Amino acid sequence: MDSFSKIQMTVLSMFSTNGRGRRREIHFADRVFYYLLKAIGVGILLLCASLIIFLYKAAEPAIAEFGWDFFITNEWDPEAQEYGALAFIWGTVVSSFIALLISVPVSVGAALFLTELSPKWLKAPVGFLVEMLAAIPSVVYGLWGIFLLAPFVRDYIQPILGNGFGFLPFFQGPPLGVGMLTAGIILAIMITPTITAISREVFRSIPDLLREGALALGATRWEMIKVAVLKTGVSGIVGAVILGLGRALGETMAVAMVIGNRAEISLSVFEPAATMASVIANEYAEANDDIDLASLAAVGFALFFVSLIINTIARFIIWRVESKSKG
Amino acid sequence: MVAATPLTVTTAVKQEFGFRVSDFRRFRSTAMLATIWGFSLAAIIPLLFVFYFVTSKGVGGLNWDFFTALPAPVGQEGGGMANAIWGSLMIVGMAACIGVPVGVLTGVFLSEFGEGKFAATLRFTVDLMTSVPSIILGLFIYTILVVPMNGFSAYAGAVALAVIMFPIVAKTTEEVLKLIPDHIREAGLALGIPRWKVIISIVLKGSVGPVATGVILAVARVMGETAPLLFTAFGNSFWSESPSQPTATLPVAIYQYAISPFKQWHEQAWAGALVLVMIVFFANLITRVIMRGSGVKRSR
Repeated sequence: MDSFSKIQMTVLSMFSTNGRGRRREIHFADRVFYYLLKAIGVGILLLCASLIIFLYKAAEPAIAEFGWDFFITNEWDPEAQEYGALAFIWGTVVSSFIALLISVPVSVGAALFLTELSPKWLKAPVGFLVEMLAAIPSVVYGLWGIFLLAPFVRDYIQPILGNGFGFLPFFQGPPLGVGMLTAGIILAIMITPTITAISREVFRSIPDLLREGALALGATRWEMIKVAVLKTGVSGIVGAVILGLGRALGETMAVAMVIGNRAEISLSVFEPAATMASVIANEYAEANDDIDLASLAAVGFALFFVSLIINTIARFIIWRVESKSKG
Repeated sequence: MVAATPLTVTTAVKQEFGFRVSDFRRFRSTAMLATIWGFSLAAIIPLLFVFYFVTSKGVGGLNWDFFTALPAPVGQEGGGMANAIWGSLMIVGMAACIGVPVGVLTGVFLSEFGEGKFAATLRFTVDLMTSVPSIILGLFIYTILVVPMNGFSAYAGAVALAVIMFPIVAKTTEEVLKLIPDHIREAGLALGIPRWKVIISIVLKGSVGPVATGVILAVARVMGETAPLLFTAFGNSFWSESPSQPTATLPVAIYQYAISPFKQWHEQAWAGALVLVMIVFFANLITRVIMRGSGVKRSR
């Protein structure tokens, strides 16, 4: 041990003996505080783990009874004790797809507007309105969907689509209003704020240098947006869209209220259908026996699993885009 | 005397098609910009429609009875949603009692001790918790609380809402606390103040406003949550005698009234929706005023 360290040791021990009581108390209280916070964190991780375990346990009887066929058979008949979730998976996938089809151009457009085009005074109000769109409760959208959107779709949108594209299998059948198409439209409205908010962040983080470069080369404003903003931000947009998809998959009430709740697979978007979330909302409280409950829980477990994967992917992409723009 | 125009691509196209390449590009640019304007208009229009119809259809049903009376039996005039409004307030209140402290402390942990593998895992988990479909949380609470307690209860509903609430509060708290510069923490520590005291009476106290906005937003959000309450608090047409009984809540009542075939119930549903939308609107407005210029990124 060299002399410097020796001095250091002495000084340290001097301090700690002189103020032992006080120092210890400070350290002790800090440690208690830290471990209290950490305990809450551990509790949250345990909660998450138990969420997975209990959901799986609730679903187990159904998976044991029907095996993996549960997810590929199209049969949902509580009377006959036949359960297969394919119709709900189909409903979830198709309604989310319709939602993305409508919402992606609108949301990216709105995000472009907010970052590139909007006059300054208009930015705050438009941003606020888009945020409000996310804040309106799902059940209010559902109410509006039942009494206003569904009749509107029945009287205007479905006849137009039916007359124009009725030869396609997607637009056949009587205009009912409630059904896959209306659910897709409601979902599109509900996921627009999510996609807009994240795309806006992405566009904002693109340095102005790129925009100026494009303009200096003689690009028109649209060409500048296309080359400097959209092409640069494309991976961020993908992340935003996947996050929007995650929201659409799990959205329950509004969809349950307008989709018509029929466990059948149909190519036509005019027909009533059901999604994984909507069938749980509609049937779980009234399920009469164990296998019924377990089957619904199995649908829930699948939904949980899929949304977990989708959200992980989305967050990973967004995180990478953000850290790249910072670095 | 006209000078001969030199033959370039531009003039060639002009002679051939009657317009210039730059005209086309300019036109396309204008058209695309107009499309972007149109899209952002399209994003907002549904909101205006929802606002308009909820207000015009709901305002008629808003009267004294709506806030004080029990639902009337079908066929009878009048009646209100007093039990649902009270039930919602009670359940959200209980949820806040659990969700807010847990959320704030988690946020503090992530911001003040946010390095290392454990914190990263926790941060990721909290992030994912914000995007778990709320109906799944309802299922979960059903299996761990409703089944063992042998029945639907306000307690179960409150726990379900608390689980939705805490990640939102935690994310805002973390974002807000990170904005406080380190030198302020160091100043406190240099004065010999213990770390926990620095965190509570300097860091946290200095951002009470923005943390409160996170809480307000979370409360407004769970106020309108329906799916997790369907099979936790369930619903009730009467007053619940205690929180261990099935309890009516505003969003669930709106749902049940909306899918019922009775016109009188539909009116009540619109009035209830108006109340919810007002709560959400003002919560967001207040938040925006408090947050103005603070540079806090909103949790999503």
